[in-house]
Amino acid sequence: MYEILKKEMLTPTVCRMVVEARRLARAARPGQFLIVLNDEKGERIPLTISDYDAEEGTVTIVTQKIGASTADIVGRAVGERFLDVVGPLGNASDFMEMAPEELAAQRYIFIAGGVGTAPVYPQVRWLHAHGVPVDVIIGAKTKDLLIYTEEMRSVCDNLYLCTDDGSEGFHGLVTALLEKLVREDGKRYTRAVAIGPMVMMKFATLTCRKLALPVVVSLNTLMVDGTGMCGACRVSVGGKMKFACVDGPEFDGSEVDFDEAMKRQRQYWDEEQAENAKMGRTE
Amino acid sequence: MMAERLARLKAREQDPKVRAANFEEVCYGFDAQEAQQEASRCLHCKNPRCVGACPVSIRIPEFIAAVKDGDFAGAAAVIAQDSSLPAICGRVCPQETQCEGSCVLGIKGESVSIGKLERFVADWSRENLPAGPAQQPAPGAPKVAIIGSGPAGLACAGDLAKLGYACTVFEALHETGGVLRYGIPEFRLPKDTVLQHEIDNITRLGVRIETDVIVGRTVTVDELMDREGFQAVFIGTGAGLPKFMNIPGENLCGVFSANEFLTRSNLMKAYRDDYKTPVHAGAKAIVVGGGNVAMDAARTALRLGAETTVVYRRTEVELPARVEEVHHAKEEGVRFELLTNPVEILGDEKGWVRAVRCIRMKLGEPDASGRRAPVEIPGSEFEIPTETVIMSLGTAPNPLLARTTAGLEANRRGGLVADEAGATTRPGVFAGGDAVSGAATVILAMGAGRRAARAIDAYLKSRA
Repeated sequence: MYEILKKEMLTPTVCRMVVEARRLARAARPGQFLIVLNDEKGERIPLTISDYDAEEGTVTIVTQKIGASTADIVGRAVGERFLDVVGPLGNASDFMEMAPEELAAQRYIFIAGGVGTAPVYPQVRWLHAHGVPVDVIIGAKTKDLLIYTEEMRSVCDNLYLCTDDGSEGFHGLVTALLEKLVREDGKRYTRAVAIGPMVMMKFATLTCRKLALPVVVSLNTLMVDGTGMCGACRVSVGGKMKFACVDGPEFDGSEVDFDEAMKRQRQYWDEEQAENAKMGRTE
Repeated sequence: MMAERLARLKAREQDPKVRAANFEEVCYGFDAQEAQQEASRCLHCKNPRCVGACPVSIRIPEFIAAVKDGDFAGAAAVIAQDSSLPAICGRVCPQETQCEGSCVLGIKGESVSIGKLERFVADWSRENLPAGPAQQPAPGAPKVAIIGSGPAGLACAGDLAKLGYACTVFEALHETGGVLRYGIPEFRLPKDTVLQHEIDNITRLGVRIETDVIVGRTVTVDELMDREGFQAVFIGTGAGLPKFMNIPGENLCGVFSANEFLTRSNLMKAYRDDYKTPVHAGAKAIVVGGGNVAMDAARTALRLGAETTVVYRRTEVELPARVEEVHHAKEEGVRFELLTNPVEILGDEKGWVRAVRCIRMKLGEPDASGRRAPVEIPGSEFEIPTETVIMSLGTAPNPLLARTTAGLEANRRGGLVADEAGATTRPGVFAGGDAVSGAATVILAMGAGRRAARAIDAYLKSRA
């Protein structure tokens, strides 16, 4: 079980892997996530599911090397096995539950940032397959860090790229591009979905509020078990305590306390730096 | 002679100063000679009250008589008739309110150390008796799915396997044992030796275990029954959802549920340098709550280097934790602020805890439960500086299965609705342990698992 069947570096630090996980592949739905445990002494790392194939019994995960444990995952080779892959966790995207007539009335815009682009893909593909108009913005610091552009282009109506340095597509942040699409280009959307770094989701939410556009975000909080047991993932949503793992990971962006969530995400910063130093890495 | 009979033999323990800095087991238990000596104190009452007070009715005087005679294998056989997890129960059962609490010797002196004797017999068996042969269910044996590999699930699976059923245990985590693995610390229940051995005993009976399967997410109960051919299901998913106080500041960095803190340390082995999962105890820790889990969290924080204080709103008498655990915690240096309740957690500019604002309490009139309700003393607020706060206020059952299984009902507190034998509102689906009762004890869960095994056997025979 959990054999790595394919591996591909999408950028120097972001890797896509196809992993054997039969039960998980059959149950996975857009919007859900899974947890990978690399080895006995590793951490349980929550990762988004960027694709799944029930017949092949495989799931696709995209991992960015940001610390010791993600470096371990990215460092594995085809033919090797993870110790554990468990899921799917969390709730499927809210549009999966929509009545057909409600779904038919939607025009979606996805705002994808960095490695958050990967989980956007199955959501866009699902909506596209169900005839829902869907546009996608993918943003990154620079051209070489844009991922999933070709895959996304084949399943959406309009794909807009943007880079902080202008090396590809729109020169600027995803929020500026979204505002331009709606304000200047006359694009009309009924719902937005923003998935990416916490700070990007915060500002995407603020922009959507200005545009009177409802926005869903997918929170990548700290987690241990991912099943509602530990509460490490708790966030304030609409002034109430929610667990991202079982109440989410998707929430109404306008209700999320992002500043608190960002502080909580760095809770083990000191310990992580120590672990990275121990492994001779300091990124 | 009489005086000798009234005083129990104390089991040897690690020195409190030494053990406060390590995770090795606190109590060494009896050796053979000590066990025989302690066993000789038993009066062998004609009407043994200890048996009636044991949730699974272990034939206590009978096994103690065998210990006294040095027939330890015989003692193990007596215990095995009623308990599938003796090395665990001998360590973590609240004997002082069960068997030992009703021992006649306890009236004038000290009760027989029944728990330590049970532990001795189980440990002796592990070290001296050959493991039983690995068994397999007969081809075509009826399949039963067990959800959760904690004490209820293990006991249920073990009994059903002995009755010839093909049992598969589905465990959501990557390791088996449930709360025995993630909740109870190494210093109370050694994992690699004691816990793993008890689980190996169950798998040797032919029970299959599939980890990483979250029933309700990875696969549903309906799929197990309709697609995978399981003819009955036992739900022993425990009570794993942490409670918080709903006071300001609970989402500050440095505030953890006891579940998170203990899971990091126990399951993920964060207390060891060679494991990657971090755990943060800080220089000062406050544990809120007074149950066994609170004691486990406090003693873990202490071992991780924190000066640790337990904050509890009633008095020492009402502490729900076992007396032994409170005693051990105190010996090791855990401080207690009793009749005290947090009202707010205060943070610094970076979003980290800096102190807990508490209020003093007094005990008022007895409430509906008969316990004297703690009442705030107006104007008595004060601050305790701390780096971490560990909330240990109890846990509730996970709603996932009730939500994803048609016809399965839960009560207001999240517990699955089940009868005495464990039958739920869904035919063929049984449940027991904390998933039904809410957080209770290992032995009650084990007992419920065993009762459900008998009920499942009867149910399947009635349909055959």
